[in-house]
Amino acid sequence: MLKIRDLVKRYGSGEPVLKNLDLTIEGESVVSIIGSSGAGKSTLLRCINRLVEPTSGSVELNGTELTRLRGRELRAARRKIGMVFQGFNLVDRLTVMENVQSGRLGYISTWAALMRRYPREDIRRAYELMERVGIAHYADKRADELSGGERQRVGVVRALMQKPEILLADEPTASLDPKTSEQIMELLRALSRELKLPVLINIHNVHEAKEYTDRIVGMRYGRIIFDDKPAELDQEAMDRIYSGSPAADRAEGLKAAS
Amino acid sequence: MTLSDLNRDDWTRFSFRQRMQRYGVFALCALAIGWALGSIEVIWAWVWDAPAQMGDLFGRMVPPDPTNLAAILRVLWETVNIATIATAFAVILSLPVAYLAAQNTTPNRATLWIGRFILVSSRSINTIIWALLFVAIFGPGIVAGIVAIMFRSIGFVGKLLGEAIEEIDKRPVEALEATGASRFKVIAYAIVPQVMPTFWAVSILRWDINLRESTVLGLVGAGGIGIILQGAIDTFNWPEAATVLLAILALVILGEIVSAWLRRRIL
Repeated sequence: MLKIRDLVKRYGSGEPVLKNLDLTIEGESVVSIIGSSGAGKSTLLRCINRLVEPTSGSVELNGTELTRLRGRELRAARRKIGMVFQGFNLVDRLTVMENVQSGRLGYISTWAALMRRYPREDIRRAYELMERVGIAHYADKRADELSGGERQRVGVVRALMQKPEILLADEPTASLDPKTSEQIMELLRALSRELKLPVLINIHNVHEAKEYTDRIVGMRYGRIIFDDKPAELDQEAMDRIYSGSPAADRAEGLKAAS
Repeated sequence: MTLSDLNRDDWTRFSFRQRMQRYGVFALCALAIGWALGSIEVIWAWVWDAPAQMGDLFGRMVPPDPTNLAAILRVLWETVNIATIATAFAVILSLPVAYLAAQNTTPNRATLWIGRFILVSSRSINTIIWALLFVAIFGPGIVAGIVAIMFRSIGFVGKLLGEAIEEIDKRPVEALEATGASRFKVIAYAIVPQVMPTFWAVSILRWDINLRESTVLGLVGAGGIGIILQGAIDTFNWPEAATVLLAILALVILGEIVSAWLRRRIL
């Protein structure tokens, strides 16, 4: 269970990007976060695995408080959190297998990592997962030889290699064509069921959010203003999430602050 | 846009003001060159005399004298070894320096400045001057030559490698940090593969340069073919000097071929 309490993130001395945000993800549900650009979706996701340092508040994953961890403890906690990225973030010049195994870097020794001597069970798990998402025959290809959809599958397998307790996906389909994008969403939903894994997805495409996720969280200017089943997301709620200009939001924020 | 705009038939790349500025800059450059020429003392008689002198020297060099060819080739081989050994050591030593001197990998500001200081001090001193220094320390011979070339190369390789590290795609780094990998593993998996092509290109280029530089080390007593060349010139043995020059030319061409081949194979 992921429990976020009173989370604040402020860059520099400006208005906070996240304002006293509360969010709880239970069980193996697929949750999507929607909202216009600049609403703080990406920041929220990155505060969970501390790629972005939260200003205050608490993030708790299955009983471990993440916000105060440092060094070795933080790395141990990050192993439990898989992440999939918009730009796939693969190492282009390494093979698919090396990219996939880099999800295990937190577990294996430095020497094994340098020599590419991965444990047998890791190799077996890699082949199983790659087979599951349909990229096993690419194991020895360089990552940059694959198409966008295939590259994102590598990204997903890399995250799953960590044996994560939660999967974060930051706009996983934004760099893909519509068809591939639906395939990846379908895959994420199916994997969530198979592996009993909660998945938290930032997404721009509201249609995909409604189609493939169990719960939609609507963010606007650092706050959660909608949190319900996809069926409940009506036009009125959409307007609240997406209408208005950032400037108007800022003015509102200033008024509320004063 | 009105119709009168479309009917214009005059167009100039620069406005009158810009044109005057450009002429002004040209005039300043001409002035600077004229002033530089005026302030050095050139003995013009010697300049006009040069073609005749060249012809004379050429006459003395032909035909080249191959009697010492065996010795020349042996020393030439020594020159190649100086360049190769020095490049190998320099490349290895420049790795940590590049790591320190790259803004995105250096541990803190102090280490950044240490890295940059090493690069600048290595690069600002010419190989020949390093060689003079190390001949004084190690005595004449190839050790001084190797160390001199190594010191000069560390700055060159380290600087280019450091810049390559600064220009990498940061997204894979972020992804591997998110998996909980240690700093060292992130470097090994996300940074090293990205700078590998630059690493090989720079190493080959530096070996190529070092091959040329090691041919003059002998002039200051730091080993290599330069010693024989200097001996020949000092004793007015122009036919042998010609052989040495031809040998160096052949070596440089050969080095060019080898490095071009390596580049094709590795990159």
